[in-house]
Amino acid sequence: MIKIIKKYINYVYLTLFAGLIVISYLSSKRKPDSVTELFTDFGWLNNFPKWLDAPFMIWINDWWRAFSVKYGLIFDAIGYVLLRAYSITKNFLIDIPWPIIVLGVVLLTFYASGKKIGTTIFVGFCTFSIGFLNPRFWDKAIETTTIVFIGLLLCLMVGLPVGIAMARNPRVRNVILPVLDLMQVIPSFCYLIPGIILFGLGAIPAIIGIFIYACPPLIRLTDLGIRLVDTEVIEAAESFGASKKQKLWGVQLPLALPNIMQGINQCTMMALAMVVIASMIGTRGLGDEVLLGLQQLNVGSALEAGLAIVLLAIVFDRITQAYGEKIQERTRPTKKKKVI
Amino acid sequence: MAKIEVKNIYKIFGTEPMNVLPMVKKGATKDIVLEETGHTVGLDNVSISVEEGETFVCMGLSGSGKSTLIRHLNRLIDPTEGEIIVNDTNVMQLSEKDLIEFRKHEMSMVFQRFGLFPHKTVMQNIAYGLEIQGMELNERNKIAMVQIESVGLQGFENQYPSQLSGGMQQRVGLARALATNPGILLMDEAFSALDPLIRSDMQKQLLELQSELKKTIFFITHDLDESLKLGDHIGILNHGRLVQVGTPEDIIMNPADDYVKAFVKDVNRAKVLRARTVMVKPDRFNGSEVKLADTYKVDGDTYIEEFIPRVLRERSTIVVVDKKGDTMGYITEKELAISLSKTSHNESKKSF
Repeated sequence: MIKIIKKYINYVYLTLFAGLIVISYLSSKRKPDSVTELFTDFGWLNNFPKWLDAPFMIWINDWWRAFSVKYGLIFDAIGYVLLRAYSITKNFLIDIPWPIIVLGVVLLTFYASGKKIGTTIFVGFCTFSIGFLNPRFWDKAIETTTIVFIGLLLCLMVGLPVGIAMARNPRVRNVILPVLDLMQVIPSFCYLIPGIILFGLGAIPAIIGIFIYACPPLIRLTDLGIRLVDTEVIEAAESFGASKKQKLWGVQLPLALPNIMQGINQCTMMALAMVVIASMIGTRGLGDEVLLGLQQLNVGSALEAGLAIVLLAIVFDRITQAYGEKIQERTRPTKKKKVI
Repeated sequence: MAKIEVKNIYKIFGTEPMNVLPMVKKGATKDIVLEETGHTVGLDNVSISVEEGETFVCMGLSGSGKSTLIRHLNRLIDPTEGEIIVNDTNVMQLSEKDLIEFRKHEMSMVFQRFGLFPHKTVMQNIAYGLEIQGMELNERNKIAMVQIESVGLQGFENQYPSQLSGGMQQRVGLARALATNPGILLMDEAFSALDPLIRSDMQKQLLELQSELKKTIFFITHDLDESLKLGDHIGILNHGRLVQVGTPEDIIMNPADDYVKAFVKDVNRAKVLRARTVMVKPDRFNGSEVKLADTYKVDGDTYIEEFIPRVLRERSTIVVVDKKGDTMGYITEKELAISLSKTSHNESKKSF
């Protein structure tokens, strides 16, 4: 059966293509008066003919209008949940006195990095410097962090299961991979602007933007991490009668963890980049300081804000990296103890 | 009934193995099949039976299908066609759930590159099979500790595998396989990644363990010396076909084809051949050459390496006796020379 389909699939493509040309000819506003004109006047061979315009725009707009009317409520609900999560977290963090936050970050780094003093001091210093650059930045940095954090949670909730499913089933991988390519390649404004229509201005389209932009590397690295686990180790687990679940939780995920942590690190960095871009659609945070500086041609203010973003990025990066390294050390200890 | 019965197994790797199977059955070789269909023949009509308590060694060069074969026994790989019967259970007919139960209790496996879990300690590694069986922590640690002691790794139980040397890692692998107390041990080139000294150490350890435990062992190796040392029976695979099955002496004395001959050529025959095999019967023995004062009695099962020095040094004649002490035959320098020469035994007999 599949063989027969394979044999004729090229003809199917050809028919589809021909059909598309006919449709675009019929729907075009600037087509020649009659078809016979095409065979008398060959001018259309020189320039790409105006009547060969596939009506995708019309289709998408029609679909989009119907879609946003029909499913608008669902998106309102999603937007509401995300907005609540965002504002509760943000208000909570902003109410905390800043020294306690700095202390919290320092403690988090200390334990996440496996008690590395150097990293801890460095991260603490960077955190402090964000406010030190400009006191206004402190609250904005917290807004940015909250958006990144919620976006990251969303990525994890969707990305990890999808990555696992891809690693376990090649068919799922074949379906998901082009989707990931699309998510990564499509320019961010193409989904930020529809995001505004569905969710309104502010933090929520930014979170959705983060999901589309930052989730692919997490999915890819989860998938890769699981597939890179030594086949002999997997066979060993199987040969002792481990079920699929036992294999996944007991062997594959723990061994893929360094790669997954790398994915989370990438995801965080890209989320931060997206929050800055999202300031263009009215997301508040450090990004809008950059935007403001640029709009006023105030180079100093824009650079200052840019530096604050870099500092924030360093803080995120160090904490997730350090945690990843700690995990890696646990699974693959390099220090050899003297064997007597 | 044999412990393990493998009947007419075919394994073809590729996208449409069923369509290629008839071609392989008609006798097309691996190269032709690969060229014409792009499929790789893993196993080609292999049948093996392994008795309870014996060590069956499967030998072949890389790519001969030996690792594929051993993975069929616990169905890490499914055959294209054929039957596998272990303990009177038809493994091919087990459901997924039954297969998991079967793997938990019937057999366990030791791997070439050890296959240890790098994120678990030695203790947790060894207890893994028991953990999968659902045994409680204390109980399984107790059993694991016994296994750790039996392979001599006391004091390392809380180390991670990467902190151990290769030989020690493989001992963990062996202990892990033994911890579930299965009837059958599958050893996939278990000692091939170890250096020669440690390898022979491990071989000795395995022989010692085997003399106590009497497991059924299916051992894979590419090293003839190893197979001669460990195996009660040896099967030689070439391009997915089973070329010869027999006892170590069978293989040495009567290699079935050039492939086996090439294998046997460099073997230290003195370590494999027994007095019983190389002696001449009394009726064909020319007694006049024997100075009876220099005779020396050995049992028929003695390896000839044990009396070679004596024959050479004292020019004595060996009298081979059976368990009751009756003379079965004689060995002089001449017989030793014949049996130790590199060409096949039968041919060299003619030339003398």
